[in-house]
Amino acid sequence: MDFSTDVLMDMHRRMVRIRLFEEAAGQLAEAAKLPGFLHLYVGQEAVASGVCAALTDEDQITSTHRGHGHLVAKGGEFKPMMAELMAKSTGYNKGKGGSMHISNLDVGMLGANGIVGAGAPIAVGAGFANKYRDNGVVSASFFGDGSTNIGAFHEAANMACALKLPVLFICENNEYGEFTPRDKTMAITDIVDRAAGYGMPGVIVDGMDVVAIHEAALEAKKRALAGDGPSLIEAKTYRFYNHHGVQNLGLKYRTDDEVEVWKQRDPIFTFEDRMIEAGTASRDDFDNVWAELRADIAEAIQFAEDSPVPEVDQILVDVYSATPGAAS
Amino acid sequence: MTRKIGYVQAFNEAVRQEMAANEDVFCAGEDIGAFGGVFQSYAGLQKEFGERRVVDTPISEQAIIGLGVGAAVAGLRPIVDIMFMDFIAVAFDQIINQAAKVKYMFGGSATVPMTITTGGGGGLSAAAQHSQSLEALICHIPGLKVVYPSNPYDMKGLMTSCIRENNPTIMIKHKRLLGMQGEVPEEPYAIPLGKANVLREGTDVTIVSWAKMANDCVDVADKLASEGISVEVIDPRTMQPLDTETIIESVKKTNRVIVVHEAVRFAGLGAEVAAQIQEEAFDYLDAPVGRVAAPFSPVPFSPVLEAHYQPSPEKITDAVRSVLARPGA
Ligand SMILES: Cc1ncc(C[n+]2csc(CCOP(=O)(O)OP(=O)(O)O)c2C)c(N)n1
Ligand SMILES: [Mg+2]
Repeated sequence: MDFSTDVLMDMHRRMVRIRLFEEAAGQLAEAAKLPGFLHLYVGQEAVASGVCAALTDEDQITSTHRGHGHLVAKGGEFKPMMAELMAKSTGYNKGKGGSMHISNLDVGMLGANGIVGAGAPIAVGAGFANKYRDNGVVSASFFGDGSTNIGAFHEAANMACALKLPVLFICENNEYGEFTPRDKTMAITDIVDRAAGYGMPGVIVDGMDVVAIHEAALEAKKRALAGDGPSLIEAKTYRFYNHHGVQNLGLKYRTDDEVEVWKQRDPIFTFEDRMIEAGTASRDDFDNVWAELRADIAEAIQFAEDSPVPEVDQILVDVYSATPGAAS
Repeated sequence: MTRKIGYVQAFNEAVRQEMAANEDVFCAGEDIGAFGGVFQSYAGLQKEFGERRVVDTPISEQAIIGLGVGAAVAGLRPIVDIMFMDFIAVAFDQIINQAAKVKYMFGGSATVPMTITTGGGGGLSAAAQHSQSLEALICHIPGLKVVYPSNPYDMKGLMTSCIRENNPTIMIKHKRLLGMQGEVPEEPYAIPLGKANVLREGTDVTIVSWAKMANDCVDVADKLASEGISVEVIDPRTMQPLDTETIIESVKKTNRVIVVHEAVRFAGLGAEVAAQIQEEAFDYLDAPVGRVAAPFSPVPFSPVLEAHYQPSPEKITDAVRSVLARPGA
C-alpha cells in the first residue's frame, strides 16, 4: 500500500513524540523527579504509532503498564502527561494515577493498567458499546506477549470473536515478560498461533516497521467495521530499556549483543533512512520535527515542574460518582 | 549461630532450608527462577535446587494458585508466589473457592499444605494496583491462614511454619521491610502460627499493629516513653488465626487500646480486633478502642497524598493521646 507523505510524516511525528517523551521521562526518573515505577516504551514506538494513525479520536484503546507510548500516539499532550508522571494536580489523572494508570478519555485512551491482561476485556466492553450503538467506532487493545498467558486475555479474545465485536487485538511481542524470556513461559513462538483458536485472523508484522503495522491496522479496522469481528496483529518488537527504569545494557536476563542487534533496527531511524532514500523527505525535514518536538518537551517539563501537587483534601474525591437522588 | 540478615534473606533462608529438608517442597511463580523474584525473595534457589523444584511460570495467577492446590492435594508441599498482593484478585477463585474449601467440602479427605507468598503494603508511590493491604479480605475466608511478619526474625520462623503447615497459608511480605536487618539464627526454627509477639512492653496503652506499621508504632512508643507514657505494642504476626488472648491480656492490664493498620479503616482488621476486645474485655476498657487506618479510597499515586493516606507517627501519637485523655475508671 502506498501512503501519502502526510500520513508518513504523521506517523513519524508520533514515533518521535513518544521517543522524546520517554527519553525525558527516563532522565527525570534518574534525577529522582518521578515517583513510582516507570516502564519505558522506547524501541516499540512503531507499534502504537502505526496503529493509532489508523484510528480516529473517537476510537478507543486500552493499554498496559508500558502505556505512555500508547497515549502519546493516540494524541495525548505532553504537558498533562508529564505532570501526571510528576504526580502534579495538573496531570491527566490529577496526580492520582501516575505512569501505570495514565489515561485520557478525550482521546479515547482508556488507561494504562497495572494489572497484566486487564486491558483486553475492557477493550471488548468498549467494542460492545460501539457495536450496540452502531457508531462506526472501533476499539484496540494493546498488550504484551506475556499477557496472552493470562485468563483475562483468553476470555476477552473468545468473547469478542463470539460476539463479532469491532475490536483490534494488538500484541507487542518483545520476547520478554519482565525478566523471563518468552520461551520459558509458552510453548509457541508466535502469539498469532492463538488467533485461530478463537476464530479470528492473525498476522505477524515487523514491529519495527511503522508502515507495515499501519497497513495491518487498517485491514483489521476495515474488517471490524464491516461487522466481521476482531483480528489479532502480532508485532515483533523489542524494548530497548530494562523492564522498568532506564538501564539497557549489562542486564542478567538478556545479552548486550541482542540489544545491539535490535537497536540497529531502531523503528525511527530506519524509517527516516528509508524515507530519505525514497526521496519522500529530507534530513532537514526530520531534523525540524525533532527540534520542534524537543522544544515542546522542554516546555512540558517546565509546566509539570511549576505545577502544584494535589491538595490533601483530594484523597476522598472521585472515589464514587454522584448519582442524582442517591445518598453520597 | 545468630547473625544480622535482611527480611528478604530471612524469607529466602526459610525456603532454602525447608526445601533441603523436604523433597516435596517446590516453588513456582513469575520471575522467581533465573531472576530470583522481583524482590529477590527466591534468589539463588533455582541454581541450588534446579528448574524441577523452582519453576518460572507464565503470567497466569489463576493457574499458579491452581497448580499449588492440585499439587498439594496430590501430595506435594507447594510454595506459590503472587508477585504483588493486589494480583491475588486475579486468582481469587482458586484461593477463595478452591484452596480454602477443598478440605471441608471433601469431608476432610483432602489436605492443601500450600503456602502462597506475596508482597503487600504501600509507601512506594506504586499507586492503586500495587500498594494495597488486602489482609482483611483473605482473613474473612474460613480455611485460610494469613501471616504478615514485621521483622527478619519473625519472617524466617513464620515462613518455616507456613511451609510445614498442612493448610493453605498466605505469607505477606511487606514491601517496605524488604531491606530491614535483624538478628536471625542460622539454624531452622519455627514460630507457631497464631501466636502474637509483644514487641514492646508497657502499662498505659496497648497498640495492636502488624507488618511495617508495628515498627512505626514501636518508634512512636519510644518517643512517648520520654514523656512518661508507657505504651505496649503487640504484633499479632499471624492475622488468621488471630491471637486474641494476648491482646485481651494486654488490654486488661492497660485498659486502653488502639489498632493501627495500613488497610482502609472500614471493615479493616481493626474492626475485628475492636469487636473482640469489647466482647471479651468490655469491663476493663477506659476508652473506646481507637483505630488509625487509611481513609476509604484507593491508594493514591501522589507521594503527598499517599503520605497523608497512610497512618503517620503523628496520627498514631494523637490516637494514643486521645485514648489517654479519657478519664479512667
Ligand atoms: C496480573 C499481573 N501479574 C503480574 C504482574 C507483574 N508484571 C508487570 S509487567 C509484567 C510483564 C508483562 O509482560 P508483557 O505482557 O510481555 O509486557 P512487556 O512488559 O513486555 O511490555 C509482569 C509479570 C502484573 N502487573 N499483573
Ligand atoms: Mg513482553
